Amino acid sequence: MSGTENAGLQAIPNPEKATLEGKNKFLGFWFFLGGETVLFGTLFATFLALRDKVASGPSAHELFSLPLTFLSTIILLTSSLTSVFAILAMKDYKAGAMRLWFWITVLLGLAFLGLEIYEFHEYLGEHFGFTTSAFSSAFYTLVGTHGCHVLFGVLWISELMLQSYKKGITTVTAPKYYVAALYWHFIDVVWVFIFTVVYLLGILGG
Amino acid sequence: MTTHAQSLAVSSQRKGFLHWLWTWITTVDHKKIAILYLFGGGLFFLIGGIEALLIRIQLAVPNNHFLVGSEYNQVMTMHGTTMIFLAAMPLIFAMMNAVIPLQIGARDVAFPFVNALGFWLFFLGGIVLNTSWFFGGAPAGGWTAYTPLATEYLGSGMDFYILGLQLSGAGTLMGAINFLVTIINMRAPGMTFMRMPLFCWTSLVTSALILFAFPPLTVGLFFEFFDHIFHANFFNTANGGNGIIWEHIFWIFGHPEVYILVLPAFGIISEVVATFSKKRLFGYSSMVFATVLIGFLSFMVWVHHMFTVGLGPVANAVFAIATMTIAVPTGIKIFNWLFTMWGGQIHFTTANLFALGFIPTFVMGGVTGVMLAVPPADAQYHDSYFVVAHFHYVILGGVVFGLLAGVFYWWPKMFGRMLNETLGKITFWFFFLGFHLTFFPQHFLGLMGMPRRYFTYLPGEHFELGNMLSSIGAFGMAVGVIVLLINIVVTTAKGKRAKGDAWGIGRTLEWSIASPAPEYNFAQTPLVKGIDAFWKEKMAGNKKMTPAEPLGDVHMPSPTVIPFLMSLSLTLASFGFIFAANQAGKPHTGGLITAAIGIGLMLLLMLIHSIKDDHGFHIHKEEIMRIEKEAE
Amino acid sequence: MKRKWQRWFRLLPLAALALLLSGCGKEGVSALEPLGPVAKDQADLMLISVLIMVVVVLVVGFIYFYVLIRFRKRKGQEDYIPKQVEGNTTLEIVWTVIPIVLLCILAVPTVPKTFSLSDTHSAKKESALEIEVSANQFWWQFTYPKQKVTTAQDVVIPTDRPVVFKLTSNDVIHSFWVPALGGKVDANPGQVTTLKLEADKEGTYRGRCAELCGSSHALMYFNVKAVSSAEFDRWIKEMKAGPDQPASASAKQGEQLFKQNCMSCHAVGASQTNKLAPNLTNFADRKYIAGFLDHDKKTLEKWIADPSALKPGATMPARGASGKLTDEQIKQIADYLFTLSVEK
Repeated sequence: MSGTENAGLQAIPNPEKATLEGKNKFLGFWFFLGGETVLFGTLFATFLALRDKVASGPSAHELFSLPLTFLSTIILLTSSLTSVFAILAMKDYKAGAMRLWFWITVLLGLAFLGLEIYEFHEYLGEHFGFTTSAFSSAFYTLVGTHGCHVLFGVLWISELMLQSYKKGITTVTAPKYYVAALYWHFIDVVWVFIFTVVYLLGILGG
Repeated sequence: MTTHAQSLAVSSQRKGFLHWLWTWITTVDHKKIAILYLFGGGLFFLIGGIEALLIRIQLAVPNNHFLVGSEYNQVMTMHGTTMIFLAAMPLIFAMMNAVIPLQIGARDVAFPFVNALGFWLFFLGGIVLNTSWFFGGAPAGGWTAYTPLATEYLGSGMDFYILGLQLSGAGTLMGAINFLVTIINMRAPGMTFMRMPLFCWTSLVTSALILFAFPPLTVGLFFEFFDHIFHANFFNTANGGNGIIWEHIFWIFGHPEVYILVLPAFGIISEVVATFSKKRLFGYSSMVFATVLIGFLSFMVWVHHMFTVGLGPVANAVFAIATMTIAVPTGIKIFNWLFTMWGGQIHFTTANLFALGFIPTFVMGGVTGVMLAVPPADAQYHDSYFVVAHFHYVILGGVVFGLLAGVFYWWPKMFGRMLNETLGKITFWFFFLGFHLTFFPQHFLGLMGMPRRYFTYLPGEHFELGNMLSSIGAFGMAVGVIVLLINIVVTTAKGKRAKGDAWGIGRTLEWSIASPAPEYNFAQTPLVKGIDAFWKEKMAGNKKMTPAEPLGDVHMPSPTVIPFLMSLSLTLASFGFIFAANQAGKPHTGGLITAAIGIGLMLLLMLIHSIKDDHGFHIHKEEIMRIEKEAE
Repeated sequence: MKRKWQRWFRLLPLAALALLLSGCGKEGVSALEPLGPVAKDQADLMLISVLIMVVVVLVVGFIYFYVLIRFRKRKGQEDYIPKQVEGNTTLEIVWTVIPIVLLCILAVPTVPKTFSLSDTHSAKKESALEIEVSANQFWWQFTYPKQKVTTAQDVVIPTDRPVVFKLTSNDVIHSFWVPALGGKVDANPGQVTTLKLEADKEGTYRGRCAELCGSSHALMYFNVKAVSSAEFDRWIKEMKAGPDQPASASAKQGEQLFKQNCMSCHAVGASQTNKLAPNLTNFADRKYIAGFLDHDKKTLEKWIADPSALKPGATMPARGASGKLTDEQIKQIADYLFTLSVEK
C-alpha cells in the first residue's frame, strides 16, 4: 500500500508526491484549504455586514494604525517567502537548509503574533473589547481566528522540524513538511485579505 | 476470516467482551467503521423516531396537555436535529464507507485514521447533544436555532446544541475530505471517472458539498457560542448585532445540507434500480451531469428559506428563479430511472420496493418544492405545515427510503447474511403507507392555516381530522421500524448466508468478492474494462474479475485508540464550555479550565500522532490464498 | 399480486385529499378561502403551480405504473437478460426542455406578482392605512400613527382601503400571519418590515405568529376585525375618548387595585404606547383574553392569578406586580377590566 523504504534514496524527485500516501495528503490538504477558504469567507462577510455597528464603542478609523499593520504584513509575507525556500531545499534533500529556513519562518510567525498581542492589548486599553459592540465581536473573531491559525502553524512547523533532526527528509516525512508550508501560505493569503478588508478599508474607508 | 481476524476471534474468546469492544474502538477499517456508523445512526434514528411519536401524540387532538410549551419545543427541536445530523448523515456515511472502496476496487479509504476520528466525533457529538436532557433541558430553538431567540432567550440547552453539533460537524467534514481523495486518487486501473458507479459520483459531489457547506455552519455555531457564553454581539440588537446574519449563514449551510442528504440516496436508487432491472443505468452521462449541476445549484438558492424576512422583491425573485431551476436536473434523474426499468426485468425485492416507493414520493416532494419557490405563494406556505409536509416527503420519502433501499441491498455485503424478505416487505408496506398517511394530510393543514412548531391547535379550526390521520400514520411507520429490528435480530442469529454475488445479478465490483468482504477487500486489485465492471466480466463468461496486479502481501494500517481519545478530549472540552456558560455574567472559570484541558489533550494527541509512525501490518500471500479458497 | 395492492392503497391519500378538500378549512382562518385581494392573488399563484405540478405527477405516474406492470419479472424467466441500453439523446432533450418550458410558464406570473405584492409604496398613494405592529413574547401591540391610537391583540381595520403593516419586534423574531387575508412577513428586532393586506368584506380574521419565538409561540394569536370605513372612523374616535368611568363599587375598587398593581406594565388610554404589556383600553370589546382564551370573567380571574399556567413562558407575574393579590381583589380587577369598553 505504501513505499516507506526510501530513506536515503535521494534520487527520487518530488519526494512529497512520490507515494500514494503523499499524493493523498497533498490532495486532501488542498481540499481542506478549500473548506478553510469558505470558513474565512463567512467570517469576512459577517465582518463586512457589522463593520459600522460600533454601538457606543470606538470605530475602525479611531483604532487602527497603518504603520503597525504594515509591519505585520511585511513580516508575514517574508515568512511565506522563507517557507518557499525551505521547500526548495527539501526537494533537494538539503535537510539543514530546510530547517534553517523553516526556523526563520517560525521566528517571523512569532514576531507577527507578538505584534498582534501588543495591538489587542492597546485596543483593550481604549475600551474596545470582545463584548463592546457587534463590530468589535466581528473584528476580534475574524482577526483572532487568523491569529490562532498562525499560532497553530508555528507550533506545527516547530514540532515537525524537531522531528526532522531524527527522521530527515524521506518520502514519508516530505509530504508532511510540504503540507505545513501550504498551510503557511494559506494563512498568509488570508492576512492579505484581512489587511485590505479590515485595516485599509477601516482606516481609509471611514 | 483472515489470520488477523482469526487471531482476534481466538483471543477474544479468551479475553471476552472487553477485547471485542477494544477491536471496535480502535478499528480503522472502513468496513467496521461503516457498521459503527450504521448502528450509531440507527440508534439515533430510533431516538428521533420516539421524539416524533411524542409530537404526534400531543398533536393528535386539539388543546392536548401531553407535551406543552417549552417541553414540546425541546422534543420538536431534538427530533429535527437528531434526524438530520445524527441519523440521516451517519447512515449516509455508513453506506459510503461500506461501499465506496469496494466499488472503486480499493483496499481502504485514503485516510483510515481520519475515518475513525470522524466516526467518534459524530458519535460523541450526538451523546453530548443528548445529555442535555439530563442537565436542565434540551435545546428548544428548533433545529434552525434562529437568533436572538437561541442566544438570549433560551437556556443552557442551546449550549449542548452548539457544542454537540460542532463536534459532529467536524466529524462530517473529515469524512467528506476522505471520500473526495479516495474517489479521486484510489480507483482501480481502468476505472476512469466515467466508468465509476453512480453511487460514487453522487458521493463525490456530496463530499464536495459538505466541504463547502459545513464551514459556514461551523462559523455560525461559533458566533452563537460566542454570543451565548462570552456575551459577544453578533446577534444582539442592542449593540448593533443582527439576527438575520444567522439566517443567512445557517441557510447557506442548510440548503446544500439537504442536497448532501439526498444525493447519496439518488446514488443508491441508481444502483438498486439498475441491478434489479437487470439493465445498465439509462443515460449515465446525463445522470453524472445532473448530479454535478444539482450540487452546483444547491449553493445558489438559500434565500428561498427567507422569502418572508423582508429582503425585498429583487432578492426574492432572483432566488425564486434559481430554485425552480434545480427541478430540471432532478427531473432528468427521475426519467432516467424510469427508462432504466423500461425494457428490463423488474425484481420486487425489498430493496427495490423502497427504491420504487422512493420515485413517486420524491416526485411529490419535489413538486411541492417548486410550489414553495414562488415567493408570494410561499408567503402563505412558509412556516406552516405545508413546508413540514414538503420536507418530510423529500427527506423521509427521499433520503430515508433511499437509505433503507441501500441497507437492504448491501446488508449481505456488510454482514454476510441476507435479511428476511418477508419481514422486509412487511416493513416496507407499513412504513410506506404509514408515511403517506402521516404527511399527505399535512399539506392541507398548512394551507388551512396551521403553523409549524405549534405545540397545540385550537378546536373549531378544522385541523382535527388531518392531525388525527397524521398521528395514526406515525404509528404505522413505527410498526414498520419494529419489524425491521426483529428482522435484524432474527437474521443475525440464523439468517441465510450470502454469496459474494448475493443477489446473483450484481453489476458492480463489490459483488465480485466474498460476503462479508474479506479484511483486505480484493486479493488482487481488479482491472476495470467498462461501466458495471463486474457485469461486463460476467457477460464475457468470467466468474471473477481480471486482476491488475500479481498476488502478493497486502499492507494494512494498524488499529489505534488515538481517534477515540481525541474525540473524548474534545468532548471534555465541550462539557467544559457548556458548564462555563453563565447567562447572568462572566463565564464560570471551572468550565473554562476544563475546556482548556480538553483542548490541550487534543493538541497533545495530535502531537503523538504526528510523531508516532504507523508501519501497519501485512496479510501474507499464503493467508490470502487460503481465505479466497475457503470463500469459493 | 403486489401491484394490485399498490394501486388499492394508493387511493388512501386520495381519499384523505377528498375528505379534506371538502372542508377547505375554516373561513376566516384558511388560506384556501381568500378574503382579500392579496390572499386571492396568492391563491391564484398556488392554483397555477398546483395545476402544472399535477400534470407532471400524472405524466410521471403514468410511465411509472406502465413500466412496473409491463416489465415486471415473470415466472420462468430467471435467465432472461434484457437488452442493455446506454441511453437516448432525444429523450434526454425532451425531458430537459419540457420541464424548462413548464417552469417558464410558472415564472411568468411569479416574477411580476413578487414585485407587486411586496410593493407598499404605491399603496401609500392610495391613502392606505398605516399600522405599526410591535411583536413581543407572546402578544401583539398595534399603533395607528396618524390617528395616534394604540391597542393590543385585536386590530381593527377598514374594508375600503389597503392597510400597510409596519412590523418590528421588541425581542425575538416573530412573524405576522393572517392566512385569510394574505401571506406572512417576519417581525425582526431592530428592523422594520412591511406587509400590505386588505379585507374584501367585514368580518373577523384569525392572525397568528408564524416564527418559533419561545414557549407560547403556539398561543400568540391576534384578531383582525374588518369593519366599514364609517365604523372604523367611529372606533378611532371612541378609542380616543376612552372607556366610561366604572359604575359599580367592585369595579371602582378594581380600578384602584389596577392602578397600584398593574400600571407598571399595562396602560389604559389609547395614547399610551411602548408599554411592557398590552394596552387594555378596549379590553372588554376584545374577542379573547391573551389572544386565545375564552373572554369571560372566570377565565380572566384564572389568568390574573397565574398567567404562565395558561400561557407557558408568559412574563406577566402571578397575582399582580406585587404577587400578593387575593382572590377577592382579582375579582374586583376583573370587574373593572370588563368595564373597559369603548364601543357604544
